[in-house]
Amino acid sequence: MSVLEKAFHSPVGRKVAARAGLAEPPVLRRGRTYPGGALVLAQIGEATLGARTLDVLGRPYEAPVLDGGEDVTPGYGDRIGAVVIDATEVTRIDQLEHVRAVLRPAVRGLEGSGRVVILARPAGGDWEQRAVARALDGIDRTVAKELRRGATSNLVRVEEGATPADVASTLEFLLQGRSAFVDGQTWAVGHAPSVAGISERPLDGRIVVVTGAARGIGAAIARTLARDGAEIVAVDVPAAGESLAAVANEVGGTALQLDITAPDAGARIAGLVASRGARIHGVVHNAGITRDKMLANTDQSRWASVLQVNLAAQMRMNEVLLDPAVDGGVAEGGRIVGIASTSGLAGNKGQTNYAASKAGVAGLVEAMAPDLASRAITANAVAPGFIETDMTAKIPFVQREVFRRSNSLSQGGSPVDVAETIGYLLDPASQGVTGQVIRVCGQNLVGA
Amino acid sequence: MNHNVVVVGGNRTPFAKAGGPLREASNHDLLTAALDGLVARHGLAGVRLGEVAGGAVLKHSKDFNLTREAVLSSALSPLTPACDLQQACATGLETTMYIANKIALGQLDAGIAAGVDSTSDAPIAVSDGLRRILLAAQAAKTPAARLKALARIRPSHLAPQAPSVAEPRTGLSMGEHQALTGARWSVTREEQDEIAAESHRKLAAAWQEGFFDDLVTPYLGLAKDAILRPDTTVEKLSALRPVFGGPEGTMTAGNSTALSDGAAAVLLASETWAKERGLPMLARIVDAEIAAVDHPGGDDLLLGPVAATGRLLARQGLEVSDFALVEIHEAFASTVVSTLKAWADEEYCRSLGLDGAIGELDRDRLNVTGSSLAVGHPFAATGARLVPTLAKLLHEKGPGSKGLISVCAAGGQGLVAILEAV
Repeated sequence: MSVLEKAFHSPVGRKVAARAGLAEPPVLRRGRTYPGGALVLAQIGEATLGARTLDVLGRPYEAPVLDGGEDVTPGYGDRIGAVVIDATEVTRIDQLEHVRAVLRPAVRGLEGSGRVVILARPAGGDWEQRAVARALDGIDRTVAKELRRGATSNLVRVEEGATPADVASTLEFLLQGRSAFVDGQTWAVGHAPSVAGISERPLDGRIVVVTGAARGIGAAIARTLARDGAEIVAVDVPAAGESLAAVANEVGGTALQLDITAPDAGARIAGLVASRGARIHGVVHNAGITRDKMLANTDQSRWASVLQVNLAAQMRMNEVLLDPAVDGGVAEGGRIVGIASTSGLAGNKGQTNYAASKAGVAGLVEAMAPDLASRAITANAVAPGFIETDMTAKIPFVQREVFRRSNSLSQGGSPVDVAETIGYLLDPASQGVTGQVIRVCGQNLVGA
Repeated sequence: MNHNVVVVGGNRTPFAKAGGPLREASNHDLLTAALDGLVARHGLAGVRLGEVAGGAVLKHSKDFNLTREAVLSSALSPLTPACDLQQACATGLETTMYIANKIALGQLDAGIAAGVDSTSDAPIAVSDGLRRILLAAQAAKTPAARLKALARIRPSHLAPQAPSVAEPRTGLSMGEHQALTGARWSVTREEQDEIAAESHRKLAAAWQEGFFDDLVTPYLGLAKDAILRPDTTVEKLSALRPVFGGPEGTMTAGNSTALSDGAAAVLLASETWAKERGLPMLARIVDAEIAAVDHPGGDDLLLGPVAATGRLLARQGLEVSDFALVEIHEAFASTVVSTLKAWADEEYCRSLGLDGAIGELDRDRLNVTGSSLAVGHPFAATGARLVPTLAKLLHEKGPGSKGLISVCAAGGQGLVAILEAV
């Protein structure tokens, strides 16, 4: 820790920082925990999806307080934990007033780490309907920015035909502390022919391969998925073997020292799983490297190594592991999760190679998803923003503090936040979520 | 044997020269690291194994229960029992046979054999004179008598005594013994330097192709064997001065093993246990034989394995040519050369009570991924390094491939074992 950083975190430093508007960031609710306060459900029009989904989750809910234009805005007695707005039947501009009438009292009454979840439909229908779909997006993103004390707002586009069983895992994830650092985001949930029920240990007895598992985000992924019951095959380069072994032993998994750029990387993983007479439930392509330089200084080798490790290697491994003829490959109903990055989605100075590889990951899962649907395999990516790791700890203090605070939650995310989002995507109950890229960035100012 | 015993896999720390990158690690630390890497590789965290047998040649007295303590520090279930065994440089192979034999008899279904040595953390003893004075002071009944006893301490008493590598009965170091053997068997400098250069070349190639990716786990930031010199050549080695055998000697620091730090472990199991867990079965432990020579009576100290090899091959009805691969521990390059010459020597073999010469070895089958000259030789760990290395090599050659391991040990002893690929 630098002298400057120590001073900043000293009692005097904290006071000065608070005066300067740099208040202590809120401590976020995390884990498989629901909000403490009441859950409010606002059903707009004839919508019933939200109510039926909460029934699936077994969560009781209350009716909303509405702002009807009185002189004093009506309020909730106690703080509420979350408000779910079922806007799946909202198609007209004047119906948006209903959304406002629900949100005004709700945002005032929301507890710390409370939740706003908007259920909507994908853009479609007539001109007004399409405009309204985007309008809801705008509402979500703005509410996310206005909410304080670690509360978040997210929007789920529920495709026609999707059932409460399809939506349940997504709503559960968003209400729980697992989605702590997912804010101001929008993604889609579709219908799957067969979807598993909600479970506390959804990955029980399922094999999940995590690359880059020796440290940082990869180690957090291994721990979190093991908590959810997964048998972890922890992969990292041979040189990282010492910490890899520690992680594998901690989670009761298996360590595989392997360079993922080796031509036989996929076959080696499949071989290990096949020897147990099993198949893989999920592959989390977490391994990644940076070789940052401004493009003007980026040579062939910096370019190649980043694209190889971050993108080409996982494509090659997928080809092997997704081949139904390969013993120990990905099972029907399996999961592929890639790690993109907000740097990739938004671009980041000095990271052309990295941005190319990470945006490429987003493109890859979008391309894979429809092709794998017939085998009930989903392909998704998470895009972390500023996450507190050994890697980001090396960024100079002032710059790091700026990065931390340039999002709606005024703090860096924890590796566990990325891990929890991956756990949600790996959940057999998330069968209807595929081809999505979910940002875990606290609604970073950078990017879309 | 009633049950087939298979080598499931192995793990070791990288090996390093004494005082090198692993100098801060104790035997306990090194052995724990080797166990943890093995546990992680095979998904055994929290599992209760039948038994772990390990040992060290240079051991602090406080480490009387070294292996059990390392098990308790490791990720294995604390309900896993352990014992310490020691047979000098053959320790790692002897622990392998101890566990294998118990599995064969049905007493265990799985266990770990291990060995460790830290020459950086060698026990330093006090002199006999100082020990007598301290005992007298402790026994003294009055403070005055105690002071009087302690007043007898002289500066010379305080010089620590490092453990000696000399043979107790001959007063000669192992290198000096081998120098006598080398001269007796007309081992040339060139032969020795060639073996040393080959050892480094082969080990470097094996690292390069990732052979050790599933046999070694990095430790304390060291990812590869630190003694290895990939660019060494016979020319470079020939420039070194002799360290044993006087000014005309042929043994140098380059063709003798360095004092080393490191630990190695092997996972052994019954075939049934390995299958149930879906773990690899690299090779079967077929048989082993131990022998000793009368080195105080003038025999070659490090040729103990020759008689063991002859008797083992006779018992199994095998010829040298039946072995796809052979691992002869490179205590010194000269040991390897003299061992092979002894194998081929009709008269010598008959003097050991064998029916005739053991045979000539095709050198292409010998130590194909390098051996102790390049890897290093933490005494007790070497056997537990050799077993998984050979098992993996044989497995790659295909089912039925046979391999022989020959390890010489202090006290004129030699332990030899046969593996066969599953």
